[in-house]
Amino acid sequence: MNATVATTLRARLDALPSQSLLGTQEYFVNMGPQHPSTHGVLRLVLKLDGETVHQVIPVLGYIHRGIEKICEHSNYRQLVHLTDRMDYLSALANNWAATMVVEKAAAMETNSRIEAIRTLVTELQRIHSHQLWWGVFGMDLGAFTPFFYGFRDREILTDVFERTIGGRLTMNYIQPGGVMHDIHPELVADVKAFLAVFKPRLDEYEALLSENVIVQERLRGVGVLTAQDAVALGATGPVLRASGVAHDLRKAEPYGLYGQVAFDVPVGSRGDCWDRYAVRMQEMRQSIRIVEQLLDNIPEGKHFLVKPAAKIKVKPGVWYSHLETARGVLGAMLVSTGGEAPYRVHFRTPNFNNLWAVTTTATGGRVADLVAILSSLDLVIPDIDR
Amino acid sequence: MATSLLPVSGQALDAQSLVAKIQKLCPAAQLRPDCDRPAVKVPLAHWPVLAQQLFASADLLFDLLETHTAIDWVQTGQIELVYVLTSLQCGHHLTVFVDVARDNPVAPSLCAVWPIAQWQEREVFDLFGVHYTDHPDLRRLFLDDDWQGFPLRKDYADDFMLERPS
Repeated sequence: MNATVATTLRARLDALPSQSLLGTQEYFVNMGPQHPSTHGVLRLVLKLDGETVHQVIPVLGYIHRGIEKICEHSNYRQLVHLTDRMDYLSALANNWAATMVVEKAAAMETNSRIEAIRTLVTELQRIHSHQLWWGVFGMDLGAFTPFFYGFRDREILTDVFERTIGGRLTMNYIQPGGVMHDIHPELVADVKAFLAVFKPRLDEYEALLSENVIVQERLRGVGVLTAQDAVALGATGPVLRASGVAHDLRKAEPYGLYGQVAFDVPVGSRGDCWDRYAVRMQEMRQSIRIVEQLLDNIPEGKHFLVKPAAKIKVKPGVWYSHLETARGVLGAMLVSTGGEAPYRVHFRTPNFNNLWAVTTTATGGRVADLVAILSSLDLVIPDIDR
Repeated sequence: MATSLLPVSGQALDAQSLVAKIQKLCPAAQLRPDCDRPAVKVPLAHWPVLAQQLFASADLLFDLLETHTAIDWVQTGQIELVYVLTSLQCGHHLTVFVDVARDNPVAPSLCAVWPIAQWQEREVFDLFGVHYTDHPDLRRLFLDDDWQGFPLRKDYADDFMLERPS
């Protein structure tokens, strides 16, 4: 199908008579909680008229585990290990967010080796996460090959993580006062080997999916989220940047070693599904840039400064810190009344806030567009429900 | 579709001038010193007006409600509402604390100022039982509609909870 045919088809669909002429009526369809394109237990109640979406009502709670309540019964070390179950594709960034707020509250110090390792593994996981997104995105649009390609290349990185961290998906590595183990002696060589394989394959990804005219026609102009709407709906991360707002905490409030490496923040201009797609594709290349700068410059030193058995005490007060995961701003709030356990912990998760963009962008479009929009938001449901 | 970019128009204010500016807008606002970021405590009656001003004032421009949650202070009988605000246009942050009575927690909804508040408030309603007036759709968000009680309150108990081994 060439571009002209696809455009003509869309024009014909758009020109179909409205429901009043056909005498149709609205009906409700449940999409989920078990549905391949909701990527988890998200339920969307759709008010439809034929193929046209009139309203999207997200229904949450199918994987609510009460992580914030469990944190109140955990000490400052334990609560870090619950965070990898929120956004399981950004486990290390989640660890880091919780660690960051605990370190701030307890005035714990780190060294440059620890910060370099944290930045390196978190940036590798951003690539890891976007690889999965890319594969699943293709599958949601009806192209099955990207799923295999994405997972094939992701596997190499998963093995790299496994060698150093031990885990493959829900990793626990970054903890208050350091990282759990020193990096594997082969880590640098492994990552270099991965980059040598992956960089040409990223071009292959572009040739396979980005340059596919059907994909372009299904994404361009679909699910437009203006900059104002994106901010009003609390969207962050690639979703916000695709709408043209160059907000990235790695640049705005550098943490780790992000202040010392050169990288660009890709932004879109229209805020449609295509821009969200393109921003993430660009982000993978920027993450590779960051990783390459860090690889040969990991400083010597200890990988932990506080013994893991040492108890952490926090004076009374409120602390908040945030960082940029693969999906947006993850904030962690800590309320202490003194002692070894928090009084209250709250996580501001990117997916919870990015989700609601679907309620405005999908309205008026077609069901197939809704699938593209959902996939372009790159939601991880356990991160919404917590 | 027209492109609408947010201009980076403002300048980031430091904590001191930020709090001073807010106290000028709302003299009843008090600095909350035990926070690591600029934070003020605002009486409930002043909060809806101040929220609108925080959003619209040219040198404040708090365009993003980053998160909204609550803390249950069971000892003092207060539920403290927390609003974490960010200005993407200026680059500064503010945390606002508002007390509501624990036995009758009612607060105005801020959906009209920050639309994301609609769902953040539903979460606080679900887990703390805070009622928001003028909320378009105040229902439970995570738990079943017939769930009894509000789990993030400190005195919450149900039949499924286990005793902690001492």
